[in-house]
Amino acid sequence: MSVLSSSIARKVAMALSALFLIIFLIIHLAVNLTSLFSAEVFNEASHFMGTNPLIQFAMQPVLIFGVVFHFVMGFVLELRNKGARNVKYAKFNGAASSSWASRNMIISGAVILAFLVIHFLDFWIPEINTKYVLGDMTGMHNGEFRYFEELQHKFVPMWRVAAYVVAFVLLGMHLMHGFQSAFQSMGFNNKYSSCVKTFGKCYSIVIPLGFIIVALFHHFNH
Amino acid sequence: MNLTLKIWRQKGPQEKGQMVEYKVTDISEHMSFLEMMDILNEGLVAKGEVPIAFDHDCREGICGMCSLHINGEPHGPDRGITTCQLHMRTFKDGDTIYIEPWRAKAFPVIKDLIVDRMAFERIQQAGGYISVNTSGNTQDANAIPIPKLDADLSMDAAACIGCGACVASCKNSSAMLFVSAKVSQFALLPQGKVEAADRVRNMVKQMDDEGFGNCTNTGACEVECPKGISLENIARMNREYLKASII
Repeated sequence: MSVLSSSIARKVAMALSALFLIIFLIIHLAVNLTSLFSAEVFNEASHFMGTNPLIQFAMQPVLIFGVVFHFVMGFVLELRNKGARNVKYAKFNGAASSSWASRNMIISGAVILAFLVIHFLDFWIPEINTKYVLGDMTGMHNGEFRYFEELQHKFVPMWRVAAYVVAFVLLGMHLMHGFQSAFQSMGFNNKYSSCVKTFGKCYSIVIPLGFIIVALFHHFNH
Repeated sequence: MNLTLKIWRQKGPQEKGQMVEYKVTDISEHMSFLEMMDILNEGLVAKGEVPIAFDHDCREGICGMCSLHINGEPHGPDRGITTCQLHMRTFKDGDTIYIEPWRAKAFPVIKDLIVDRMAFERIQQAGGYISVNTSGNTQDANAIPIPKLDADLSMDAAACIGCGACVASCKNSSAMLFVSAKVSQFALLPQGKVEAADRVRNMVKQMDDEGFGNCTNTGACEVECPKGISLENIARMNREYLKASII
């Protein structure tokens, strides 16, 4: 990992993994949104994503690596950065010069990580179990596709909906700083930067809001 | 005005320091912050106590010597100034003011409010220069055409006085605003481009070796910088570093 020994290389690696995850979120939301309009389309899309070999055996491992890398590198950097100030200030007015979201990426990140644990237990691990342990690649249950049914079933308990909503709000805050920060880290700071910042803010509101709407929709319409 | 001051006292680099409370009275709002410190010190000397050590030199916002983390911000609450340009009218009668040294592992405390900023010097020595043969027949720099914008941006970066407020304000104690200003001022000009790759590699390596933290783009440094050094410089340094690493 000597290539990642320099501070700037680490910044860029964080930014690249972040941009990859940002693109992933769009795809994930796009599939989720179909569930608002058509159970059939959602089932077809889910089945395709869940059984297509390219997505399953090429994209999925890359995605998992991207997620793990982003979290591990994030925590490593946070520890190193904490160590760079061995004596704390008696008074530190961080709010005077920077946003809460930018100073607390580790907190929003940790909440998202906790959410991912729940999310994987809810959806991913049962899927993997059905497909690869039980060997059932049909996506069927009693002759019906189970994806939409499972989605509705999972969003019945209020605690899960609440946990998801909280996580998505924190995801929005993480993106609010992270989106434009990723571009800055990669050296992108020019006349188009204000467009990137504006787009980043819209993205940070629209994407988490989309996920929240999906969760609430299925909680109230099952 | 009458003020309560909470000031970091530390006898030496190896000693344990602590915040000590002092009272000052009849402070004029027209005084500079450092003059207020002088008055406090005169009182301490008169009482036979050891005066508070703090850095200062030009007292006109040029040299970058004065530091002081005042009420949670480098150089106090005002923008675009050094501590010597901060005036007591910024504060109100009865205020409590916290005065601390820059806090970073790479800036160890020497005494009280004075920190050792030699880490910045070592970063400069790692590449913050151009190698020019000064044998007597040096080419006139004005003979090289340079776009006005590049010259202006280089001059903006060169405005950095190396005070360390960027490090002090950063939650990560990152020195990237300082290093990026020093990298940029040369990288933007033809004379500096010749050694650009080695410069950025060596300066970033020295910055990392000194133990400064990593930039997370909070932007606090840009806000607190007395000379308004822009975050664009950090993006430029990142580009320069990537270019130097890949090619």
